[in-house]
Amino acid sequence: MREITYRDAIREALSEEMERQPSMIIIGEDILPGGGTFGIHQGFGERFPGRMFEAPISEAAIIGTALGAALTGGPAVAEIMYSDFLTVCMDEIVNQAAKIRYMTGGQARVPLVIRTPCGMTKGIAAQHSQSIEAWFAHVPGLRVVMPSTPADAKGLLKTALRGADPVVFLEHKLLYATKGPVQEGGELLIPFGSAAVVREGSDLTIVATGLMVSRAVEAATRLEQSGVSVEIIDPRTVSPIDWDTIFASVDKTGRALIVNEATLTCSVASEIAATIGEKRFSSLDGPVRRLGSPFVPKPSTPGLEKLAYPSTDGIVRTATEMMPRKRAA
Amino acid sequence: MSKENFSSDQLVSFWRDMLRIRGFEQAAAYQSSIGKIYGALHSCEGQESCCVGVCSALEKGDYAASTHRGHGHTLAMGARMDRMMAELFGRVDGYCRGKGGSLHIADLGVGMLGANGIVGAGYAIAAGAALNAKVTKNGRVAVVFFGDGAITRGTFHEVMNMASLWKLPLLLICENNEYAQYMHWSDTMVFDNIAALAGNYHMEGVRLDGNDIRLVHSTVKAAAQRARAGDGPTLIELKTQRFNGHSSGDPQVYRSKATVEELRRTRDPIAQLEAELVATGLLGNRAALVAEVEAEVAQAVRFADASPYPADEELTQHVYA
Repeated sequence: MREITYRDAIREALSEEMERQPSMIIIGEDILPGGGTFGIHQGFGERFPGRMFEAPISEAAIIGTALGAALTGGPAVAEIMYSDFLTVCMDEIVNQAAKIRYMTGGQARVPLVIRTPCGMTKGIAAQHSQSIEAWFAHVPGLRVVMPSTPADAKGLLKTALRGADPVVFLEHKLLYATKGPVQEGGELLIPFGSAAVVREGSDLTIVATGLMVSRAVEAATRLEQSGVSVEIIDPRTVSPIDWDTIFASVDKTGRALIVNEATLTCSVASEIAATIGEKRFSSLDGPVRRLGSPFVPKPSTPGLEKLAYPSTDGIVRTATEMMPRKRAA
Repeated sequence: MSKENFSSDQLVSFWRDMLRIRGFEQAAAYQSSIGKIYGALHSCEGQESCCVGVCSALEKGDYAASTHRGHGHTLAMGARMDRMMAELFGRVDGYCRGKGGSLHIADLGVGMLGANGIVGAGYAIAAGAALNAKVTKNGRVAVVFFGDGAITRGTFHEVMNMASLWKLPLLLICENNEYAQYMHWSDTMVFDNIAALAGNYHMEGVRLDGNDIRLVHSTVKAAAQRARAGDGPTLIELKTQRFNGHSSGDPQVYRSKATVEELRRTRDPIAQLEAELVATGLLGNRAALVAEVEAEVAQAVRFADASPYPADEELTQHVYA
């Protein structure tokens, strides 16, 4: 199968759906020059005239306008340059888009997709590096998607653009340049609420999201050398979460480590750990463990920045602590 | 603004539509006082000419986004009174199956995109409906209603700029009743002319007496025509007044009873039009028309009261499509 980047996969999903759905529009800041801040919309200005809206720096109006377009037509894609800026338009996301279907007793369809780059990158610190998926996973009415591979990015984005619910689509900045196999042609649609079993194993389940999936894979390779067989589950969507796949894995391994990049307090990792404890206590051979970012804003300086995120070393260390000590021979 | 000639039918219909809104608001207030309505109400009594004047100038298929004071807009957009009353009663036959209540009443079928519990949230939603109209070239316009208190939200500035930049078919209708919840607008803002703000956004801005329903209608109609022709949005400030407090529980400590009585006596848009219609003999059958409205209101209350509450299973329905 051909390999393409995460960035190209997202561009393909958008361009295929723009071709397919003539009322689809895209609104965002600086989305056309050079294809936008992260180069997603290369060539879209020429290909889709009258449907690409270069917006002023007005995040609340961008989301609100995309919502109004979605309610009366759509799909509407709103690109927010960094997910940290979602805080500027929380009313439009949380009070308006998320709730309008419920508030109207099911009258409203909301084909709105909010695409936004999230997570760590180099040195841009506290207002450009966060993972705030839990803020949105907490809100009924929103779908929250965190693709970790090019194929997932394409298939999940196309699903988002075919649906009628508002979606917060979180793209990891450090994944844009990564490559992976993506089928050419045909319809690649990945349903929400369907986790990927990234790697099979028998001793320990690691549930990881976003960029942490690749760190979990690195950790699993190292753990294998010390005789620990790790199964890795990527939920792919954190609202809804595919509990069945997570529970089945925990039933098999008896141990669960949840890893997310977000600040650990009140995180998606916390929710997954609590739910496993509540629903699968009898399957567990030890306490569920969590790894996430420490409870600090992201610092800029490289030494401190490195300490502000969960690391592969940290995953290996925690996983090793979770395994039963081998008796002395 | 060009002088439009209004037929007697049209003037009578303005009067009747305003009376329907007032009848609805008064019945809702009464039903609330006897415990039939659970949540708070925000009455638009006194502002009926704004609702009817604006919405009667729109075409079928046009959109409106409303405020927390949204009953009048919803009725004027063409929603049914009985299903509206059922919504206020929290019943399953309400437009929102009782889940929205007064603050979120909506009838998307008539283009009424919803009342809103967040002041200043309607601008962008209506702008989005206008954007869709522009993209799909469906010829529709969108209206956003807001009060004077909403002018100080950042969303006003964001949408004024964006709507003018993209020449959206959007009509921004400020119902300036001079009060936010309790504060007079002069206490919280430095503006004394909202319509004049439009100039800085390269937008038409018009300020007029919201009680003059002919003028409201013809101004909105002309603005809608410009918007449909691709000439962009208009900001229209309607000077109006609310006869009641902010909401059903407001003791109105910020203004005297005499002030309110004076408003009711001198600034009642229904009485103003009615006096004119009676004087010119256009309202010969007043009693019959009033009885018709009263019957519709009474029937709406009966319909609402007879409708069941939604079943418990509905709690988790309509969260997602």
